[in-house]
Amino acid sequence: MRQASIIDIISPVMAGPSSSHTAGAVRLGLLARNVYNAKPDKVTFKLYNSYALTGKGHGTDKGLLAGVLGFSVDDERIKNIFDTPEAQSINYEFEFLQDFNRHPNAVDFIFEGGLNFTVSGDSVGAGEILLTKINNFSVNLSGKYNTILLVYDDKPGVISKVTGIIQEDKVNIASLYCDRSGKGKDASMCICIDGDLTKNCLNNLSDLKDMYIVRYIRKLES
Amino acid sequence: MDNINTFRQLYYTCKEKNKAIYEVALDYEASQGEYSEYHVRLQAKKSLDAMKDAIKTGLNCTEPSPSGMSGDDCDKLQKTSAKSILGSTPQKMMKYALATSEQNLRMGRIVACPTAGSCGIVPAVLIAFAEDNNISENEQINALITAGEVGRLVANKMALAGAVGGCQAECGVASAMAAAALTQMRGGSVKQIINAVALALKNILGLTCDPVCGLVEIPCVKRNPFLAIHAVTASELAMADIISKIPIDEVVDAMEQTGQLMSPLLKESSQGGLAKTKTAIALEKNILK
Repeated sequence: MRQASIIDIISPVMAGPSSSHTAGAVRLGLLARNVYNAKPDKVTFKLYNSYALTGKGHGTDKGLLAGVLGFSVDDERIKNIFDTPEAQSINYEFEFLQDFNRHPNAVDFIFEGGLNFTVSGDSVGAGEILLTKINNFSVNLSGKYNTILLVYDDKPGVISKVTGIIQEDKVNIASLYCDRSGKGKDASMCICIDGDLTKNCLNNLSDLKDMYIVRYIRKLES
Repeated sequence: MDNINTFRQLYYTCKEKNKAIYEVALDYEASQGEYSEYHVRLQAKKSLDAMKDAIKTGLNCTEPSPSGMSGDDCDKLQKTSAKSILGSTPQKMMKYALATSEQNLRMGRIVACPTAGSCGIVPAVLIAFAEDNNISENEQINALITAGEVGRLVANKMALAGAVGGCQAECGVASAMAAAALTQMRGGSVKQIINAVALALKNILGLTCDPVCGLVEIPCVKRNPFLAIHAVTASELAMADIISKIPIDEVVDAMEQTGQLMSPLLKESSQGGLAKTKTAIALEKNILK
């Protein structure tokens, strides 16, 4: 896993009051927004454990919604997010749950719309976050890297085709994480890269046989 | 460049290259390929400016927090007629710590350094000392980078989150970072800076996170000035060459273990400690209706 940088420690500049419960929540929302990559009709937020118990007081609910709506962590409108036109333009609800198998600061985003997506993540401290699950696939997304998420038929040779296509863009793969729901069933690949991919490369990935979902998840700016 | 994952590695790299902590830290960040010296200095300057803005706004604001439980302590400390026995710079540190923390609970703009709950400590110590001692902006940036390196090394061992390690991992680490920044600005040696960190951390082990009503207010706001002064104590002792008998890396290990042993009831869940006192429960009934 990526190590902390000095920059993580002396930033972000953010709207208070809690880095894990406010800024972390905004960042989880922003990254989940990048994963979903469309305007949802409805978002259900499931907050777990400490997020559920102390979330209201820390503005966790406001932060998660602000992130999904694309507000940055230092936006002082987060305080009154529920009153903004952006918030009033979508449907949302919050659920507060306890599950000690989950991280103390865990959340599920359930997006409904053209596509239904469930994105799960944790706020792991000092505003740092990790998305751990997208639909039923395990992932490992910190928002520090541009990341390609692929869902495809579990067949031999896909990984080599994918890395070959990425190589054409001359970008370095920082990490590659694979998972599958079962042998010969749905599989997922989560590829973190240094640098940026071209549209052409993404099109080539989409054109691969047996590829269902190609998502380019941009890293977070703050 | 070899890995720097421990304070021991940091110390020996500084010795070997005859460089200050912030210089080695900048070299190391650059060698990791993600952030150049320019990039880190730019962020440090941005953070320092935001810290100064938060202090300025906080000093002139008495707006209560949304809960109504806090927001006027900085004003009270500024207006007190009691003569300070600490002297003007430490008293200024306490005011600045309160000013920043109160801005935080108003959902105002602050710098999470390392976290938002502990946002008042590093700015208070760094900026109050810098103002009273004509420390240049460049030296302030060096001090903030020194503090950042301390936080980075602790964060490599344990998550800096109250929900994971208790308040020792938030205000405790902030205080150790502030002690490092202060000792750097005072011209302390690498050894003195690292000892200041060890002394600060060692003396807050076991600090729980039990916020009343789950809000970053009680005890968080007042804990910031307390741990700002804690950083001053650590720096004073270290500058006198007082050594932590337990080396800093082992103190960090002890802190990590203490965090694991701490009950989840005392780690940002508001289910124990101050959060479950009679008064806290009464406040909860009033506020969270």
